[in-house]
Amino acid sequence: MPNEQLTFASKQAEPLAGGHSLCAGCAASIIVRQVIMATEDPVVVANATGCLEVCTGIYPTTSWNVSWIHNAFANAGATLSGVESAYRALRKRGEIPEREIKFVAFGGDGGTYDIGLQSLSGAMERGHDMVYVCYDNGAYMNTGVQRSSATPLGAHTTTSPAGTLMTIGKSEIRKDMTAIAEAHGIPYIAQSSPGYYMDLMYKAKRAFQTKGAAFLNVMSPCPLGWSTEPADTLVLARLAVDTCVWPLFEIAEGEFSLTYLPLEKKPVIEWLQPQGRFRHIFKNNDEGLIDRIQADVDRDWQKLLDRAGDAIPDIAGPVRF
Amino acid sequence: MSSLAPDVPANGLPIWDELPPGGVSEDAGSTSRRTMGFWRGGGQRPLIDLNLCVQCLHCWVSCPDACFILEDGQVTCINYDHCKGCGICANECPPMVNAIVLVEERRFG
Repeated sequence: MPNEQLTFASKQAEPLAGGHSLCAGCAASIIVRQVIMATEDPVVVANATGCLEVCTGIYPTTSWNVSWIHNAFANAGATLSGVESAYRALRKRGEIPEREIKFVAFGGDGGTYDIGLQSLSGAMERGHDMVYVCYDNGAYMNTGVQRSSATPLGAHTTTSPAGTLMTIGKSEIRKDMTAIAEAHGIPYIAQSSPGYYMDLMYKAKRAFQTKGAAFLNVMSPCPLGWSTEPADTLVLARLAVDTCVWPLFEIAEGEFSLTYLPLEKKPVIEWLQPQGRFRHIFKNNDEGLIDRIQADVDRDWQKLLDRAGDAIPDIAGPVRF
Repeated sequence: MSSLAPDVPANGLPIWDELPPGGVSEDAGSTSRRTMGFWRGGGQRPLIDLNLCVQCLHCWVSCPDACFILEDGQVTCINYDHCKGCGICANECPPMVNAIVLVEERRFG
């Protein structure tokens, strides 16, 4: 028998039809389905340019069964804040019926961390009643795996290649977008992973219920850019959580809480090994780099534990059976 | 060539003034009429054994291509027109249930 969340979701209409041209095993469409099916209200979606937009909106066809708007790469936040303001104005004038409508924007890490940051920042600062979901696959996958500011340290991309002279891959650490969103003082910020659908759907539901801007940062494994098996997409999404590379937490009205505590914190090497983009680390036997990545992860995780303080959940472990 | 834009394009697609303003696509979910099943190629196809299935819906919620068709909240079949054979469903099916298996595509001819 499905649990309560899935029973609720199974009663909702399918938001994203099949037949789109996303790669086999892409997590972006899984995230979209899980997020939108967490609410029963009608949804308006804005989409930044990226894999998701390109593959679901090949003119004249569309995969979306919900209202959907795409404008440009840099302005998913601005576009959706305009839609939301128009909706409020028309409702106030009585030109459209009183009805609860949710607004959600989807952007990849390129459209969120880099190119769309200014419009997202403005939308969050103005406090529009919208949810911004970043599906973070850690590079510009749509144009052929170029590095972005979300690419983790040591990852091979076509613009941060691991070669014979520069053997390290990307030599900079990733940007902490969740912290940047938090600095805007918006009412709801969360980090989630599609591997734990209960966590993602719970956070999506809370984000939709929040009045004001909400930001969800969701890890999205990419079989193409990460050189992994398509079948392992959600296994990797869970492994990222269990190695504390991608901790799950939420900040609601300034109150921080960890929503998932791994049963045992796995070493980061288990997360690096299955991925082709870190293959050079093992080929060169670069233990210094592995130690550096592990130290970064440990430091960030300890920061979160300190911040959670006494509010660390008693029940650890996965929510799947 | 006297005219830059021919009145009737050779490919039979609508010309510019027949398109809705703003490039609006009015046919929601129209990619569902596309066939993407050929992407499985020589790969694998998931088969579901509904006698073993406990209807936990993990496959349905984890499918990137919305292939699992629900009737009254129960998984009834897989849409092979959309399935790209990624195999996520077989991984997500609980280990003690194992109702979904991946079978080599060539066995179906």
